[in-house]
Amino acid sequence: MPSTAVRPVRIVVAKVGLDGHDRGVKVVARALRDAGYEVIYTGLRQTPEMVVDAALQEDAQVIGLSIHSGAHMTLFPAVMDELKRRKATDIIVFGGGIIPDDDIAALKKKGVEEIFTPGTPLQEIVEWLRKRFPE
Amino acid sequence: MKVRARDADQVWQEEFEAAPERDDGIETSTISGIPLKPLYTREDLTRRDQEFPGQFPYTRGIHPSGYRGRLWTMRQFSGFATAEETNRRYKYLLANGQTGLSVAFDMPTLMGQDSDAPTSRGEVGHCGVAIDSLADMETLFDGIPLGEITTSMTINSPAAILLCMYIAVAEKQGVPADMLGGTLQNDILKEFIAQKEFIFPPAPSMRLVVDSIEYCAKEVPKWNTISISGYHIREAGSTAAQELAFTLADGMAYVDACLERGMHIDDFASRLSFFFDAHIDFFEEIAKFRAARRIWARWMRERYGAQQERSWKLRFHTQTAGVSLTAQQPELNIARTAIEALAAVLAGTQSLHTNAMDEVLGLPTDKAARLALRTQQLIAYETGVANTIDPLGGSYFIEALTDEMERQAEAYFKRIEEVGGVIPAIESGFFQKEIADAAFRYQQELEQKSRLVVGVNEFINEEEEPIEILRIDPRLESQQSQRVQDVRRKRDQAKCANTLQSLRKAAAGTDNLMPYILEAVRAYATEGEIMQAMIEVFGTYTETAVV
Repeated sequence: MPSTAVRPVRIVVAKVGLDGHDRGVKVVARALRDAGYEVIYTGLRQTPEMVVDAALQEDAQVIGLSIHSGAHMTLFPAVMDELKRRKATDIIVFGGGIIPDDDIAALKKKGVEEIFTPGTPLQEIVEWLRKRFPE
Repeated sequence: MKVRARDADQVWQEEFEAAPERDDGIETSTISGIPLKPLYTREDLTRRDQEFPGQFPYTRGIHPSGYRGRLWTMRQFSGFATAEETNRRYKYLLANGQTGLSVAFDMPTLMGQDSDAPTSRGEVGHCGVAIDSLADMETLFDGIPLGEITTSMTINSPAAILLCMYIAVAEKQGVPADMLGGTLQNDILKEFIAQKEFIFPPAPSMRLVVDSIEYCAKEVPKWNTISISGYHIREAGSTAAQELAFTLADGMAYVDACLERGMHIDDFASRLSFFFDAHIDFFEEIAKFRAARRIWARWMRERYGAQQERSWKLRFHTQTAGVSLTAQQPELNIARTAIEALAAVLAGTQSLHTNAMDEVLGLPTDKAARLALRTQQLIAYETGVANTIDPLGGSYFIEALTDEMERQAEAYFKRIEEVGGVIPAIESGFFQKEIADAAFRYQQELEQKSRLVVGVNEFINEEEEPIEILRIDPRLESQQSQRVQDVRRKRDQAKCANTLQSLRKAAAGTDNLMPYILEAVRAYATEGEIMQAMIEVFGTYTETAVV
């Protein structure tokens, strides 16, 4: 395994919203695991409250959100608000799914650090995490 | 010098081996990983009686006249925002030559909840049209004569409710149920396997499916009660053979469930329909469709003892592969979709949806939706491919690949049987793992560039031109919530509550639930209320997530 960090970075990956399209989230979860991260996949239809609960319980440094239903402009900010409410803004959030460019800018303003859209190489996501959490 | 026929193959073999091979590292197997030979010959053909369209086992098509008799139905899946807006889009598509309707519902509707439910926040009208009660359904089909068109409805867990709404709207138009034609997706097994829009546990879910099949056999005889779907299995990342095998296995599970109910195979088999993906690997897809017909006919006749020919015939709808579309250089999606649609047509699909180029970014704009429909019209009327039935039949390659598909599907049927059948296989995560493995393998091939996707991992444009995206007005959600609240306020409360109480009681017993649901729909009970009444009896299902 390439990562030799003393404490491996823990990532909660979650599907928020009502859609059940879990191909992408599963592929990303496996790739992150293979890259040496500790990955906790919450499963489908997580509310923002459930996602933040899971991240706190798992002592995760990162939350990865996946959505394909078009509700990202409601649900991603709701996760950010919930993090604020629970005083857990040190947890960083990234996301992926069918998210138009204009929305990406708006979501970044709300504190989502990065959005990966369809066609992103897995390596790009891993490299982003490596930069974000240098060993 | 004349080379003798017997030696020509050896000559070719030697010349092929002597010739330099491309060394670009690109896979020569199908997109599903089936190894391919560089050349197929007569030697690759299995000895079998000559096959004809319209004759068992229907490898070459279910109609003796193919598209000479009738072209496929051009059925574009469409729905967004409110019932009013979608009604306008339907009238637009019908005016542009579309020959059947296909309703896309939004996520709350698909998940059986009303637009004003807390978990519907941000989802109303995004992935399709929001339908909360009969009132919305009346608006959706306003001015569209339900006795004259056929309608496909993509809905699963709450399928029985939406079908009852359709029957009730037809009643109001004065169209009796036995005149209604269309298709209900109603395929809960693939929800557990792939798309994950399940609500109830498998057993009551299957009961509702059988209830609707049984009810329609008597009351709505021209309705296709189920569309057994490989599409979502494929989109979730399966291979072509997995799509074929899992879908047909699901079909057999529904047949078994109907037989257990005491129905006779020939009373319902002909109303089972299928729905497949047309992916980008052209020949593999054609082989898949042809194999599907052959396998189903064989199982229906030999294993299930169906007597009537119409019970043996696998009829299918096709949609081009959403998952093959790229957000990068999206205009290329028009070309991809055309190639995929052509495969479906060459394999004799009964109906077809062509994806719009912008569906990878959002719901299609009017222009993109029209281009997608025009692509089908171009294939139908310009290319000449509809003039000959099963034009690729007899191709050494296609026939060999059709046989290979059949062989791989049969191998999966054995494995599914070994784990106890479809529902135990779902509960143990068998399908889910097979699909996730295939999806991951494909993604790795993309990363390693042993497969190329134009514009994504090769031939990349540095600057992407932005394309127009259909936006759903955020005010829609509160308007639709208001609308469902108005419906709840204005109806006859006592009558509505009574129908829901009767439904609860019936759900706890063994009656067919369709008449009870129809009564609740007529009393303007909302979708969410009807689902809730059944959840109180059936409970809900949670999947153990497998990564």
